[in-house]
Amino acid sequence: MEIMEGSHAVAEIVKRCRPQVVSAYPITPQTHIVEDLAQMVANCELDAEYITVESEFSALSACLGASAAGSRTYSATTSQGLILMAEVCFNAAGMRLPIVMTIANRSLGAPLSIWNDQQDTIALRDSGWLQFYAEDNQETADLHMITYKVCEDHDILLPAFVCFDGFILTHTYEPVDLPSQEEVDAYLPAFTPYHRLDAAKPLSMGMYATPDYYMEFRYEIDRAMYRARDAFIKAGREFNEQFGRDYSGLVEEYRLDDADIALIAMGSICGTVKDAVDEMRAAGKKVGLLKIRTYRPFPGPEIVEALKGVSTVAVLDKNISLGNGGAVGTEVKSALYGTGISVYDYIIALGGRDVRKRDIAAVVDLAEKGEGDMFYGLRTEVL
Amino acid sequence: MADEKQECELFSAGHRACGGCGPALAARLLLRATGKNVIVVASTGCMEVFSTPYPETAWEVPWIHSLFENAAAVASGIEASLKKQGRNEKIVCICGDGATFDIGVLCISGAFERGHDITYICYDNEAYMNTGIQRSGATPYGASTTTSPTGTCAPGGNPLPKKDMPAILAAHGAPYVATSSIAYPNDFVKKVERAINTPGPCYIQVHTPCCTGWGFESRDTIAISKLAIDTGLWVNYEMVNGVVEKAKKVRRKLVEEYLEKQKRFRHLFRPARQDAEIAKIQAIADANAEKFGIDIKLRKPAE
Repeated sequence: MEIMEGSHAVAEIVKRCRPQVVSAYPITPQTHIVEDLAQMVANCELDAEYITVESEFSALSACLGASAAGSRTYSATTSQGLILMAEVCFNAAGMRLPIVMTIANRSLGAPLSIWNDQQDTIALRDSGWLQFYAEDNQETADLHMITYKVCEDHDILLPAFVCFDGFILTHTYEPVDLPSQEEVDAYLPAFTPYHRLDAAKPLSMGMYATPDYYMEFRYEIDRAMYRARDAFIKAGREFNEQFGRDYSGLVEEYRLDDADIALIAMGSICGTVKDAVDEMRAAGKKVGLLKIRTYRPFPGPEIVEALKGVSTVAVLDKNISLGNGGAVGTEVKSALYGTGISVYDYIIALGGRDVRKRDIAAVVDLAEKGEGDMFYGLRTEVL
Repeated sequence: MADEKQECELFSAGHRACGGCGPALAARLLLRATGKNVIVVASTGCMEVFSTPYPETAWEVPWIHSLFENAAAVASGIEASLKKQGRNEKIVCICGDGATFDIGVLCISGAFERGHDITYICYDNEAYMNTGIQRSGATPYGASTTTSPTGTCAPGGNPLPKKDMPAILAAHGAPYVATSSIAYPNDFVKKVERAINTPGPCYIQVHTPCCTGWGFESRDTIAISKLAIDTGLWVNYEMVNGVVEKAKKVRRKLVEEYLEKQKRFRHLFRPARQDAEIAKIQAIADANAEKFGIDIKLRKPAE
């Protein structure tokens, strides 16, 4: 166990995952990760080709080429950088290339903001990338190993975002237990591409499809997404067996057993919510948390199962689908359709606004009164 | 190596290109030059579409298409991957002029600056043909396209000059930059061989007339490409470390011999002959001749 910065923990675990090609472009608050990796390559600690590209768009394009040629690849980005990559994101998923990218979640301009929310990855929810969200730096580091294993599974072959909150986690020092190289090697086998560009065995990749074929390609990607549910659980169980930390749930329950009210959230805010839940429990309120770990594939059945017996749900959305509320809230409502559970959505903490325990308690109060589907914590005096 | 290449065509017949397609000929010649030990990276465009309608492909070598503008970046990643694996396939991008001159410039600039060992070939048919003949940065002055049409206020067609991409890439420090034309197959094959055997990023721009987009009979593709060279509107040359070598010399013909055979320049002759516009295009050819020293015997432009 070592006290280290979140970004450094990511770089250290990525190094141990042995990517052969790393390609990235600097953007706050992701930079410490790619700086660390560059230094590791310079020190011969990481045996990888490091491509210093001229944009995020090329960073992911280079990863796409390297992955197609048969290498394990890695990149990291955030916010505007991710949106610049958007076209390549859809493309890499369609080509079934298991690229892993760390996202230091950050808001999108305008107005320009370098601070945290989850709008960037949510905006790419339909791109075909697996999306896993970490609560703390230990989980962030561990998820990288699990993610490579899931992505590269020949039944899956999809790219993935490992999401952790910008600044709140990237720049925060926490105790992290990093597995040794030998332990990582024992968990994560070397990359064996399902197919690759190879002069000895020519094939064409990225062909164009007429209406006779296009839908079937999309269907196959969707099926792989659903198969990723089981693959994630399996990889999580194997991880738990080896390292004693359990991430095998697509969702994680906290004090939900006898709860009347459930909060639902993703990422670092879950830590604050757990503390707030403890305080509310101490005051006699039957409240709990359901943390979503895998936003894609979306854990609809797990949410329904976990919320049996709950009457009211308050979803904390660090994003907004402008004109229709938060993305998580919308999908939770869809999952719970017909159960009779009341679901209220709260847009919260956009652009790095702090969330305190008393804010969580206030949200619960609002949900109890049936007031929701709203922005929480607006400064009405500046509107 | 050369013998093996000649044994079979690696770019198969049966693709969907138009009869008389210049780019299809370039693809076939390209693979004759590379042989089997190559990975081809394509941009979105005519060639990509006509050669790979799933589940069929004309490419009997490994081939990848990602997006319109990122072939050079994808090739960068492939090169890094092969290096790490100790593999030795040559990496060749084959992209249209829209992908090269316009939307892909950022990725190309990055790849050439980084010095990847790749060969980037632009098949230049001087407009966006796949989408229906729109103007690109490679469209020559005076050509009518669907986005640079002639009209009562714009009698001349495309008002902008052709961008000098070879010079831009030579300025990146590319060790080998060349122009070529499908009118001279051996020249193109030799230049591709030289490029793929030159370490570092190399660029070849090959003139590939498009009968559909330019408006000429499909049997005339080679004749039209020859005329482009014979008039000085296209110059075949090599630049080694930024210095021009071996520009093809010609007995120059007047540009109107080239222009009048193509529908894209018809407005210069009908309904009324636009002498001033033709003279401007002649001046472009004259400047090319002067710059590259291609004249065997200089002829005076028409009065």
